Amino acid sequence: MSEALPTVAPPASGQEPAIDLDLARVSVRELNLDLQARESGRVRVHSPAGRHNLAVGLRGAVRVEILGHAGYYCAGMNEHAHVRIEGNAGVGVAENMMSGRVEVMRSTSQSAGASAHGGLLVVHGDAAARAAISLKGADVVVRGSVGHLAAFMGQSGRLVVCGDAGEALGDSLYEATLFIRGSVAGLGADCVEKEMRPAHVAELADLLEAASIDDVSAEDFRRYGSARTLYHFNSEHAGHY
Amino acid sequence: MCGIAGLYSKQPSVSEHLGEHLAEMLGQLAERGPDSVGVAIYRHPATPGARKLTLHAAGEVDWGTVTSELPYLRVDAHGSHALLLTEASAEEIEALLGARDGPPVRVVSAGSTIEIYKQAGSVSDVLEQIGLRAMRGSHAIGHTRMATESRVTTEHSHPFSTGLDLCLVHNGSLSNHNRLRERLRAEGVRFQTDNDSEVAAGYLMWRLREGDTLEQALEGCLSDLDGFYTFAVGTADGFAVLRDPIACKPAVMAETDEWVAMASEYRAIAMLPGAADATLWEPEPGRVYSWGGVPA
Repeated sequence: MSEALPTVAPPASGQEPAIDLDLARVSVRELNLDLQARESGRVRVHSPAGRHNLAVGLRGAVRVEILGHAGYYCAGMNEHAHVRIEGNAGVGVAENMMSGRVEVMRSTSQSAGASAHGGLLVVHGDAAARAAISLKGADVVVRGSVGHLAAFMGQSGRLVVCGDAGEALGDSLYEATLFIRGSVAGLGADCVEKEMRPAHVAELADLLEAASIDDVSAEDFRRYGSARTLYHFNSEHAGHY
Repeated sequence: MCGIAGLYSKQPSVSEHLGEHLAEMLGQLAERGPDSVGVAIYRHPATPGARKLTLHAAGEVDWGTVTSELPYLRVDAHGSHALLLTEASAEEIEALLGARDGPPVRVVSAGSTIEIYKQAGSVSDVLEQIGLRAMRGSHAIGHTRMATESRVTTEHSHPFSTGLDLCLVHNGSLSNHNRLRERLRAEGVRFQTDNDSEVAAGYLMWRLREGDTLEQALEGCLSDLDGFYTFAVGTADGFAVLRDPIACKPAVMAETDEWVAMASEYRAIAMLPGAADATLWEPEPGRVYSWGGVPA
């Protein structure tokens, strides 16, 4: 586990000179080796064309802008870097992120932020099924809606959904906190609504600000968490698993 | 894992290059399916009173000899496949083919516009053999297979015909296919392999025969099929897409003024002209999407 590090500040676009890399000319492996070697700076990635595994395993505070749609596992295992995807992202964006910031300007496929330990994932569109599955400490903020099984087995961290949540929200949840602004199609096993106290509103307002989302009010969200009845197997609860 | 792709043309400029576009899409899905490749392409409607049958030979055959015994108006040989224009039904042709000696020859598609070409082998080799890039058409679906539950042969390859001008491609695996196959056999549906996807095709064929619309038949899958699936169904005028209720298998859809496309992964759609500006979305689980005229 890496030491706690502050989230990289959101970009003030255009102020820093960028290096341009074009995936029509360099391979994904060459791109990743280049990015992994950087400790700072700004890189623009052209022609992503839905390729998989872009900008994975980054460990420096580099800023990467992916100018189009990314495939599977974009920005996986990210540490310290700020990866911004101008289009959509495929399965498992920012999976197992440790720190840093990953921002998707449109929507994502399923398992966005899966198992992420730290850092911030912001999805400006919708995230599909299994968003923030097995969340382990990161913050995931979705401006739109999420599909079914969001935050399944979430252990710690926060999921914020400004739109609606699908079926089985927070199924088998441990200690992750869920803030949902819209409707919830259904709660998963052991997930319950909890009181939204002033401290939670303040905490959520900070998180929305960090995600640069300023068109929704923290007051409008409901909070969900674990009822903590399924932590240990109990045969009386067999039907709930 | 398998790869599936569908492309529906709204403009002559896309129809002219339909085969080329589908070949590019399937090329991106080659890693998802190295075992076999298949396409269903819809083009050149049969003259009134006649129908098109695609035949596939399991070994080396001389198509002139094979078809000399068959009633036909026209025949075009495409390597291991031959396209027959005939006034006879698929059943009549199958009976005649079954009576001959030599490598088995099967009817793999029947209808007014459908043609199915499929074969075990790599994407690049198979598409080269069937000459997909040169084909024009109104719409097409394709499949690259990574076998998980039954043998790698052309007979086990997708698309599977599900009736006149209908076919199915499948990414996923079904767990209740053995029991369902027996049930469908009792209803008179015939199967050629032990493949799970062929059971899904047979199920659709049976539901349609019983009077369901395609949409109803696909909705029936949600309760009667147990397992994982993303289906693409080719119809005379378009195609339909269905994902299982928990969305186990991927699918992406995109639309522009020129075309509608679906694929297992976006990278297969990124190859199409204008893809960067397409409306793009992930189909919701358990919901039927369709383009073109879906038969009632």
